[in-house]
Amino acid sequence: MAYTKRIDGRKKFDELRPISAKTGIIQRANGSAMFQIGKTVAYAAVYGPRELHPKFMQNPKKGILRCYYNMMPFSGSGDRVRPGPNRRAKEISMVTEKSLLPVLDLEQFPNSVVDVFIEFPQTDAGSRCAGICAASMALADAGIPMKDLVSAVSVGRVDDKIVVDLDYSEEAYEGGPVADIPMAVIPSTGNVSLLQMDGEISKEMLIEALEIGKKKLAEIHDAQRKALKEKYK
Amino acid sequence: MGEIKVKEKDIVVPGDILATGMDCLPSYGTYRLGDDIRAARLGLAKVEGKVVKITSLSGRYIPKRGDTIIAKIYDVIMSGWLLDTNSAYHAMLGMKEATSRFIQKGADLTRIYALGDYVVCKITNVTSQKLVDVSMRGPGLRKLEGGRMIEVNTHKVPRIIGKDGSMVTMIKNATNCRITVGQNGLIWVSGEPDMENIAIQAIQKAEAEAHTGGLTDRIKGFLDKNIPKEAQEKNKAKAQQESSNEEESRTFDRDNKFDRDNRFDRNNRFDRDKK
Repeated sequence: MAYTKRIDGRKKFDELRPISAKTGIIQRANGSAMFQIGKTVAYAAVYGPRELHPKFMQNPKKGILRCYYNMMPFSGSGDRVRPGPNRRAKEISMVTEKSLLPVLDLEQFPNSVVDVFIEFPQTDAGSRCAGICAASMALADAGIPMKDLVSAVSVGRVDDKIVVDLDYSEEAYEGGPVADIPMAVIPSTGNVSLLQMDGEISKEMLIEALEIGKKKLAEIHDAQRKALKEKYK
Repeated sequence: MGEIKVKEKDIVVPGDILATGMDCLPSYGTYRLGDDIRAARLGLAKVEGKVVKITSLSGRYIPKRGDTIIAKIYDVIMSGWLLDTNSAYHAMLGMKEATSRFIQKGADLTRIYALGDYVVCKITNVTSQKLVDVSMRGPGLRKLEGGRMIEVNTHKVPRIIGKDGSMVTMIKNATNCRITVGQNGLIWVSGEPDMENIAIQAIQKAEAEAHTGGLTDRIKGFLDKNIPKEAQEKNKAKAQQESSNEEESRTFDRDNKFDRDNRFDRNNRFDRDKK
């Protein structure tokens, strides 16, 4: 059975789920943001730049960035998720950090640290992408010097179709091969700062999927910019 | 030919194109990518001829030489004190810079400034690695006793102070509170408890509406509305009286604040004067 219609009722295969974004939602943080895409909700809080301890971790040339990705206990669709760092969360924290670092200018803050905490009250696939979007907005809200925002979305294939922004039902599709490719792009230069893949896909489909993804990221970038400006209206 | 794409006071987001063409110049908070000038931080665009810069709206305090800040003593070391400056970097207050008085060898420094005390101090030096030195020798630099401390966005401080201190003076006079504003976003307020409340509310209102116009009038309206008539009269009279006594009380303050335990105080004044 071929994949002819999107399971969640979206009209097109390159359609994103509805997006809502907000900044400045956590009072005590230096910067914060919420990014929701479909049923996936990410909250990011930025603390810092602040003093870094233990001292041996300090870098006298520039500040460091620490990201924490955390899914809340009942955020998944299945069993209770054990909160706290597990192997998956640590990996995603690491790739989030690496996807954000190219835009940040932390040389102005030697020996210090910028902490980014990303929490997920509910998830429905695409959480690392939502997390990166939220984190980049929160960093901008915190007044950290940065060259650009980072926008992220997942692309991939379900059976013979190239799709954008897979939800969990598509990721778990059993009628054919599936590939899930989270990607993050720096809009001003078009550079890709995150590219991972789970599943199988041909070279031609991969290239096409990335091209479509880049186009759709413009919508996400607009939502991020709008949310940041909204705070000061 | 270059073109500037933003208007004065537009809110810009990192990555936004502010201007195109090589004849426009990037300034603070912007960078050039190809022919474009883009924003490197969130803030308000400022256009000065062909130069574009950004006034930040958010972000933590970054220590700068010459700033007067309010800091908290968080450690006492052999040669002085370490202060929490409400930024990513602590500051060092040396013994020589702490007071104009003589401090005896081996004296217990916590008797001068104890842990948890707040002081008004001035940043004398910041190194490339952000080692911060502060001094407390100068007019108005002192330990803060009593009162309340509030925290505001450090980028809104100039607005809270107002032109030549007009805003803060207005709040001071209306509430009869003593207010000290630190560049690092800490504000100390001391007065009658209910007046302190009103002063704090006024400051927070000024902070929240800092990026809008006609702020002074709105704060004036807020103060008039919230302070009862008779209290207004009383505060006004007191403020006038105090301003005439101000010079006197300041010198008094300075002479009395430090090192209550050191009996050699007065005798050793000449120690400083000789230098």
